[in-house]
Amino acid sequence: MSHTEDDPSTRRDFLYYATGGVGAVVTGAAVWPLVNQMNPSADVVAASKLRVEVDGIELGTQLTVLFLGKPVFIRRRTQIEIEDSEAVTLDDLIDTDAQNPNLPDGAEATNLNRTMPNFAGENTGEWLVMIGVCTHLGCIPLNEAGDYTVDGVGGWFCPCHGSHYDTAGRIRRGPAPENLWIPVAQFVDESTIVLG
Amino acid sequence: MSGIPHDHYEPKSNSEKWLHSRLPIIELLYNTLMIPTPKNLNWMWIWGIVLAFALVLQIVTGVILAMHYVPNADLAFASIEQIMRNVNSGWAIRYIHMNGASLFFVAVYAHIFRGLYYGSYKAPREVTWIIGILIYLAMMATAFMGYVLPWGQMSFWGATVITGLFGAIPLVGDAIQTWLLGGPSVDNATLNRFLSLHFLLPFVIAGLVIVHIWAFHTTGNGNPAGVEVRRTSRKEADADTLPFWPYFVIKDLFALAVVLVAFFAVVGFMPNFLGHPDNYIEANPLITPAEIVPEWYFLPFYAILRAFDGEVWVVIWASWLTGGIVDAKLFGVLAMFGSIVVLALVPWLDTSSVRSGRYRPSFKWWFWLLGFDFMVLMWSGARPIEGIYPYIALVATSYWFAYFLIILPLLGIFEKPLPTPATIEEDFNAHYGKPDADGQAAASPAE
Repeated sequence: MSHTEDDPSTRRDFLYYATGGVGAVVTGAAVWPLVNQMNPSADVVAASKLRVEVDGIELGTQLTVLFLGKPVFIRRRTQIEIEDSEAVTLDDLIDTDAQNPNLPDGAEATNLNRTMPNFAGENTGEWLVMIGVCTHLGCIPLNEAGDYTVDGVGGWFCPCHGSHYDTAGRIRRGPAPENLWIPVAQFVDESTIVLG
Repeated sequence: MSGIPHDHYEPKSNSEKWLHSRLPIIELLYNTLMIPTPKNLNWMWIWGIVLAFALVLQIVTGVILAMHYVPNADLAFASIEQIMRNVNSGWAIRYIHMNGASLFFVAVYAHIFRGLYYGSYKAPREVTWIIGILIYLAMMATAFMGYVLPWGQMSFWGATVITGLFGAIPLVGDAIQTWLLGGPSVDNATLNRFLSLHFLLPFVIAGLVIVHIWAFHTTGNGNPAGVEVRRTSRKEADADTLPFWPYFVIKDLFALAVVLVAFFAVVGFMPNFLGHPDNYIEANPLITPAEIVPEWYFLPFYAILRAFDGEVWVVIWASWLTGGIVDAKLFGVLAMFGSIVVLALVPWLDTSSVRSGRYRPSFKWWFWLLGFDFMVLMWSGARPIEGIYPYIALVATSYWFAYFLIILPLLGIFEKPLPTPATIEEDFNAHYGKPDADGQAAASPAE
């Protein structure tokens, strides 16, 4: 290439990089919608709150509702389960995080940090509300099953790859890395929980 | 092509000359079909034709099924029953498509292990090998998404588990998983995009197959002796090779006919043998099947995925080394993808200068152990995770990695290979007898 100017590179280089830069930005802007269309659509995002009547749940039983395409376990725990999970120390746990978005970040996975307060604001450990999806690869754990069931009540076991969760839904054995997640949830009256 | 001296295409008629000066397509087809092929190829060299047939079979039956299938979470399961009961010959076409996937994978595993035994991946055929691995990956993605479409229980939960693998990626995993699924869980959006991609990928595979063939037509075929075709003179090349048409085409078509007898026996008499009965139960996001089992061709890799829990020392070690970023779940995912990465890297992991396993006395044993190991992994992938099974899977997984990362590199250094034949002609004559004046092979005295 021949150049007649003193500083031959400046003008041509500027045009070269400016054109290339604009081309890259335009290509990116054109491709982004093609990628982003795969993210959840507006109707999927909108379906993000659910009211659940819980007055029919007896002690020691569990209601499973479908929320955002995933099951949510609403369990009313017996005294046996509460005492069992209270007796567990943090040293026994694989995941010491409460995994509870209703509490400040980094809350520890103690018994009462896993459960939710009733409408009066008392956390008796009775109400355990969790997303019923194994934190390993997303199967649904079975209730009253696994190594951490106490006298046949409480505890969860994931049949897919053998993760055992205790009476507070905390991972104790198997490949799952985290405790069962807790959804954003609260009582809005004596007998109604709102999820989301 | 391939630098082997051979006949060249000469346009004869005026119309051929007219076309040739505008588009030399007949020459391209002639060179592809008449490529000089090593004449000592054995029966393990027939799987390429079976694979090409399987691809065409799947595309033809798949396009037909797409005419009747409804990609909607409420209607998909019923539309499969519609195909099975009401569409003319729908049952046959669907059963062929279902089992066609198994035929495809039987053939690809035979093809891959053929390559591993005879050193087909070695220089100068590394690119052919890498393209082959890409085809294999595309096949797995296609098969996985196809299995989701009937929207049965295994469809749904298989999709949940496999897309969950991406959720294991640190930091961005959840965002990627949501992006793949189009929502918080496997649902209608997932089903629609899987149909779209399941339709697209076979054509990507077809494109890769052309590149695969182009690559080995450039280097020339490998062969069981592992010695190259002599290219120095036409006479020597002719002594080592025969044209692909008609010699190998007819042989391959015969083999294909035999394979298809077995295939249609399965399609006709036991079409659901290789499937899982739970997939005839409609998808239900509230009930996980007792055992989530993938299709048989994924089982070895599924076993590797499941082999690691938090009590295995390499997992503890990796977790400690990365400050907890690599946990048991991510480790399993990395191991599964890693098991295919080592397969892709085998051209550089195998240090032996002898190409064919036939002349490598210790390699042979390790190779057959790998074949057995693959079977053990396949078997243990279908067993529940309890009792002795996780340990068997872990031992088998360890051997898989040891073969590629330790045994192959070291064997090349320590093994003393047997003498290899000087030429393909010599190997051919030793196996099939020296041709007499009529070109008829006479039985050698040794046989």
